[in-house]
Amino acid sequence: MTATSIFFYACAALAVVSALAMLLNVRNTVASALCLVVTMISLAGVFLVLDAYLIAALQIMVYAGAIVVLFIFVVMLLNLRHDAFAPNRLIPVKFLACLLGVWALVRLAPLFARYLPDPATLPEGFGGYRHVGLALYTDFVLTFEVASFLLLGAMVGAVMLAKRRLD
Amino acid sequence: MPPMEHVIVLSAVLFAIGAIGALTRRNLIAILMSIELMLNAVNLAFLVFARMWADVTGHIFVLMVITVAAAEVAVGLGIVIALVRNRDSVNVEDASLLKW
Amino acid sequence: MELETILKTAFILAVVVLTFAPIITWVERKQSAVMQDRIGANRADLGGITLLGLLHPLADVVKLIFKEDVVPRGANRFMHLLAPVIAAVPAIIAYAVIPFGGSYAYGDRIVNLVVADVDWGVLYIFAIGSIAAYGTVISGWASNNNWSLLGSLRASAQVISYEVTMGLSLVGIFMVFQSLSMFEMGLAQDTTIRLFGFLEHFGWVDDIGFLGFLQIPNWGIFLQPLGFLMFFTCAIAENKRAPFDCPEGESEIIAGYHLEYSGMRFGLFYMSEFIEIVVIAGLITALFLGGWSIPYLPQATLIGGIAPVFGDYFATSICMILHVVSFFAKVIVVIYLQMAMRWSLPRFRYDQIMDLCWKILLPLSVANVIVTGGLMLVFGVGV
Repeated sequence: MTATSIFFYACAALAVVSALAMLLNVRNTVASALCLVVTMISLAGVFLVLDAYLIAALQIMVYAGAIVVLFIFVVMLLNLRHDAFAPNRLIPVKFLACLLGVWALVRLAPLFARYLPDPATLPEGFGGYRHVGLALYTDFVLTFEVASFLLLGAMVGAVMLAKRRLD
Repeated sequence: MPPMEHVIVLSAVLFAIGAIGALTRRNLIAILMSIELMLNAVNLAFLVFARMWADVTGHIFVLMVITVAAAEVAVGLGIVIALVRNRDSVNVEDASLLKW
Repeated sequence: MELETILKTAFILAVVVLTFAPIITWVERKQSAVMQDRIGANRADLGGITLLGLLHPLADVVKLIFKEDVVPRGANRFMHLLAPVIAAVPAIIAYAVIPFGGSYAYGDRIVNLVVADVDWGVLYIFAIGSIAAYGTVISGWASNNNWSLLGSLRASAQVISYEVTMGLSLVGIFMVFQSLSMFEMGLAQDTTIRLFGFLEHFGWVDDIGFLGFLQIPNWGIFLQPLGFLMFFTCAIAENKRAPFDCPEGESEIIAGYHLEYSGMRFGLFYMSEFIEIVVIAGLITALFLGGWSIPYLPQATLIGGIAPVFGDYFATSICMILHVVSFFAKVIVVIYLQMAMRWSLPRFRYDQIMDLCWKILLPLSVANVIVTGGLMLVFGVGV
């Protein structure tokens, strides 16, 4: 096993464990947000294994640096120390969810057998900022513009929602 | 380089954990966090296929997903704050009316 | 890991963590004393030797280590113990991508004076910086104290807001140097540009003659003056120092997020703030102040001047030493600027901090990107 593989399996294990911790941490929202951060950072490690350097850096900057801090900010702003209500008692839903999970596992298990083609050899600088940036601003410039409109809309919406009273 | 199948399985497992969270939790903030986890799992799958065929389109997709996630969180947390102001609760079951 | 990397890491740790950070704590006290017409720290002595109070950092460390380490009742113990570590580690490892010297050829062997020359160095700094925010956020939340919670609430909002502007204010410099690697930027800054060269470029004048001798170093601060000012402002706000020290605000919320910390855990918060000062100074030096370069004396000229007399190896070594000295001299100047700001500006109100970020710096940084792009198009740079 190469060093890359060991790094991948370590990151993957950490990601799954912290994601489970996020799921099972019903009482404490800040703690489960912090588990989410660990998942994000270990996923950034997996992205590095996949040669996505720019995306890995953005993953940490945007998800860990902004989105989850925003979550924690809101929890602290609203001063939600503990969830005020008991955890869910919807047994049928949980049962169905577990069933669905088992079904998905059964379907996915054959994937462990290798039948995907080998990964292609990468061109020089694949996944770096030059490579992704060039594609983003030439072939996908329309997507980029649409994303900017989406952000504008979200910004206006968030301000409208958070304002106490619209004058 | 680990086999790509294992990375896809990791993505599927994370997506499943996120989906279970989004379906079973009633805390609106926890639901939003689970959705973030699902989006991340999808990103991972995109990157796997981008790596496999050395195609940068997957990276562009991930950039767009990150943008959408940021927008979604901003609006979603705005809704949470509005909900707490009006209902004094983050329980989604308290937000069962169209208008209050 | 090879020996060279270990040596470079050890050098950075010795200089930044063990030399600069303790001395800055002394400088901060002495300078505040000078500016407030006091004498300042001068009492710590070892057998009658006080060294102008230079022994105070040592006394501080001894005091902090032997103090009781209190975890308040009702606090989340694990998080409370973890937070100072999360605050301190990113500050220390950020220096890995900041070059403190250039590239030197000893025969076939090339020595690059940077611990990790990664192509996306600035992105690494931003990623590390966004993790550092968790130290303050967790510490306030885990302390089970309303003032701490208020402090970290303020800190989290401030850090997210200024991170956006900090990134945008650097886009101009990325465009000018066409790189995200600080090492490449440093190499690009080791030249000069003619101040009136644009007359020739547009064909207004055939030959600018003696005006060609008027040259300025090709430094970021001259190419991106607005970017420099905005980045400096945002960096100080990210470090939560005066005039942006609302998260600590002694007069309102006592000490904010690290109110419930004592002993060496408080010491870690304190130390990380001072290491961050050095990191910010290093970043500004590498990006805007020409890094290790000596103005008007490019590396080739320097080595070419000494080599015929003393030989190549000696000349290269002298050049390397001069460059490292030049880098840290610039770092000291930027540290001094930060100190002077700390003691001359009063604290902003919280709404003023937010207004400055979202209403002034953010539009200005976007405008800076647009103007930079336009100018680059006009001058035909990098098209």
